[in-house]
Amino acid sequence: MLTVLLILIPLVTGLITFGLSGRGAKVFSLISSLATLAVTLAAWAQFRTAPEALRFTAEWIPQLGSQINLGLDGLSLMLVLLTTISFPLIFTTVLSRNYERSGAFYGLMLLSQAGMLGVFLSYDALLFYVFWELALIPVYFLCSMWGGEKAIPVTFKFFVYTFAGSLLMLVGIIYIYFQTEGSFSWQTFTSLHLSNDEQSWLFWLFFVAFAIKMPVFPFHTWQPDTYEQSPTPVTMVLSGVMVKMGLFGVMRWLKPVLPAGADMWQEAAILLSVIGIIYASCIAIMQSDLKKLIAYSSIAHIGLMSAAIFAGNEQSLAGVQVQMFNHGINIIGLWIIIEVIEQRLGTKNMQQLGGIASVAPALSILLVIVSLANIALPLTNGFIGEFLMFSGLFQHNVWFAAVSAIAIILAAVYMLRMLQKVLFGETNALTATTTDLKGGEMLALVCITAMIFVLGVYPKPLLELVSGTGIENTVAALTGR
Amino acid sequence: MFVGLVVKQKQYIKYFAIAGTVLAFIANLLDVQQGYGVMHGMVEVSSFSVLFNAIAIASTALYFLLCGSAFEKVGEDVADYFALIFFILAGIMLTGAYSNLLMLFLAIEIISIPQYILAGADKKNLKSNEASLKYFLMGSFTTGILLMGIALIYGATGTFDLREMGLGTGELSPLALCGIILLGFSLAFKVSAAPFHFWTPDVYDGSPTVFTAFMATIVKAASFIAFMRLFHVSFSGGNISHHWQLILAIITAATLIIGNLTAVFQQSVKRMLAYSSIAQAGFMLFAIVAHNEMSSQGLILYAAAYSVATIGIFAILLKMNDYTFDGFNGLARRQPLVAVVCAIFLFSLAGIPLTAGFFAKYFVLSAAVQQGDLLWLVILGVLCAAISAYYYFRVIIAMYFKPGEADAQGVTPGFKAMLVVAAAIVIVLGIFPNLLLQFL
Repeated sequence: MLTVLLILIPLVTGLITFGLSGRGAKVFSLISSLATLAVTLAAWAQFRTAPEALRFTAEWIPQLGSQINLGLDGLSLMLVLLTTISFPLIFTTVLSRNYERSGAFYGLMLLSQAGMLGVFLSYDALLFYVFWELALIPVYFLCSMWGGEKAIPVTFKFFVYTFAGSLLMLVGIIYIYFQTEGSFSWQTFTSLHLSNDEQSWLFWLFFVAFAIKMPVFPFHTWQPDTYEQSPTPVTMVLSGVMVKMGLFGVMRWLKPVLPAGADMWQEAAILLSVIGIIYASCIAIMQSDLKKLIAYSSIAHIGLMSAAIFAGNEQSLAGVQVQMFNHGINIIGLWIIIEVIEQRLGTKNMQQLGGIASVAPALSILLVIVSLANIALPLTNGFIGEFLMFSGLFQHNVWFAAVSAIAIILAAVYMLRMLQKVLFGETNALTATTTDLKGGEMLALVCITAMIFVLGVYPKPLLELVSGTGIENTVAALTGR
Repeated sequence: MFVGLVVKQKQYIKYFAIAGTVLAFIANLLDVQQGYGVMHGMVEVSSFSVLFNAIAIASTALYFLLCGSAFEKVGEDVADYFALIFFILAGIMLTGAYSNLLMLFLAIEIISIPQYILAGADKKNLKSNEASLKYFLMGSFTTGILLMGIALIYGATGTFDLREMGLGTGELSPLALCGIILLGFSLAFKVSAAPFHFWTPDVYDGSPTVFTAFMATIVKAASFIAFMRLFHVSFSGGNISHHWQLILAIITAATLIIGNLTAVFQQSVKRMLAYSSIAQAGFMLFAIVAHNEMSSQGLILYAAAYSVATIGIFAILLKMNDYTFDGFNGLARRQPLVAVVCAIFLFSLAGIPLTAGFFAKYFVLSAAVQQGDLLWLVILGVLCAAISAYYYFRVIIAMYFKPGEADAQGVTPGFKAMLVVAAAIVIVLGIFPNLLLQFL
């Protein structure tokens, strides 16, 4: 029942939140997100002792053989943890902000959480598709209604891109469904023996959907603009959690269901990812807008994860899973600080900033820590995942590993340049008035920093999830053994 | 039908009409004894026909409830309009149950002739007159083609009975092939499939909006049911399907492309809905091109999903002062409930999950995938569905994200309640499509 509760709590509370307003909506959604986190922790505890008790199956559409088939393994637990940790952090950060029509704002946020949790928990392809879309619709409204000046056309591009990709995936799902004896279940899909020809073209139907979501070059064009134009809490959801849906899709559905197709197009997928890494890193260096800089850096990080998934050995896959969690936490930390700067100073243009370190020391220290974690400095949480991914990629192909490793240097360049421009130097008329972190912002960032150090020094809990019960099956399925 | 003879108070006629649909609904449900023929076997009652009739009657009742009061704005002869709608409904009842080509002809004509009159009901409006004349002329030509097709089929097989034609077995005579093609073209005209769609935007746009709502929904669904019945019962089996499948696949592709691309460029929501009805026809054609069990399930679901959502949109459109996209600007602030419901209908038309439209599209696409060699058409279809999101979402963008003073006139609590019921149907069928399909 815990898995059902994970989806039901945000879904039901999200609908209720529409009827609330002002402070009520804020506090109610925070309580809801904490309740979901508590259920996740309970599920984690149960996962360690009796993982099979977390499975839930019920009839949904008997004519089609589609079931409400939910379950948790190490991979999904990692992402469920990330999702349920992110939302209280986001809600705490914006506790002092007042959004117009706050009932709708927080309601939509919770509905998107329900959609994402559904994606991570579904073991039925049709149910997975439904949740995949359910996560998208609230985010579309959030970006368009509370976003920047150009939010409407930008978000619309994002929507149409993602919708088109999803529909192609739906065709793939339908095709595979007809090769079964009328079942959408993950177990049936993965035990099918599709011919190489079929897998070869089915691969692209799925890959395009996931590549758009991640996003991988050249399907990334919606991303920087959307991140820039969205209200920051939504950008946190998009970059912290939602992009992981694409990576998760590849790991849960694409590779296990179409192993031969993935093998066939493995090099092409890695090549696209590596191009994306270098291309996005170079563009990030040129950016003067903080949000765009982080958006491009995110394309580079996700590109590395995508390359590591397709490299497909045990180390790279373990690295991806750990990094999915850590990247989510770190990037939310970065967005929180950018949100604070933008709220205080009304700008996110680095050319107009400078000297913040002297007036807001706490903010500056935390920004440095999160930035260093983002470039994977040892003893921060980013290190272990990136190390595993590079070492896995190296085993697969030295050249791919070598080229993508340039991204480490480029990341250091743009992140340190950002720190220098924002924090150091002389204060100007604008930045001299900056105030330091307050209440909720401080709390959220301290939690994130604590996770950065704890998981950097002691990554065992995450690695246990990767190598512990349940995940072995996933890794076995992914590596085709 | 004849209530206008005795009831002189116009506002009460609507309630008699609704009572009529309720009676018809009950009578239809009493027809559960299946598989029997009436009128010397020319009409055959089956679970499929009973289910489709139930959907058509329920949709008509919903249409009366949501749009009935708008009849009075069209002209004086309110009772006549209701009577004509009932005439059309009688024709629709035949489309799911006919088993004889003559009955098909009768059904099509019973549906068409009242529509020519309804299209021109706004007598003082030139556009309405033009719509009526255009519809009548085009419709008459098509009737000629339909009759010619029936005559050729009769010449080739010696029977009008759908099941006795035996076209699926043995060699196909050129005469029969010509007949099939002529019948296919005439029915493609009725469902406004490209390239026989040119009448649709003008007729839909020129007709009084309240009647467009009926023409574009229940009537269109019925034409599809007639289309499917003819092609799946008489013209399938053996290798005969290959003869028409390619032609229909090309018609489907053209319908999808033309309908969707032209809808993108419309400035009026009413014209956009006219083109979108062509685009939706493209999706329903999937069910005809693919002939298997899923296609009939898909078409039933499509008929219900599309009718309810489109009637809902038209009901809202009827209340608007301005039919352009800008006319919807800011509706979410003025009428939040109407905007939410409108968004749900548009989601359904676009095929977003958790709405009935998703499963409708799902079933027809699945039917085509199951058919095997139509994958190119399915991929074209989903790309067109992505395009369709563009024009449906334009309305949502206008309602929610654009500043404006859109005002829906005369939105009574009763009207809102009916909209909520319609939206609930869309969502319930979007989560549990088997509620409907279990009756098949």
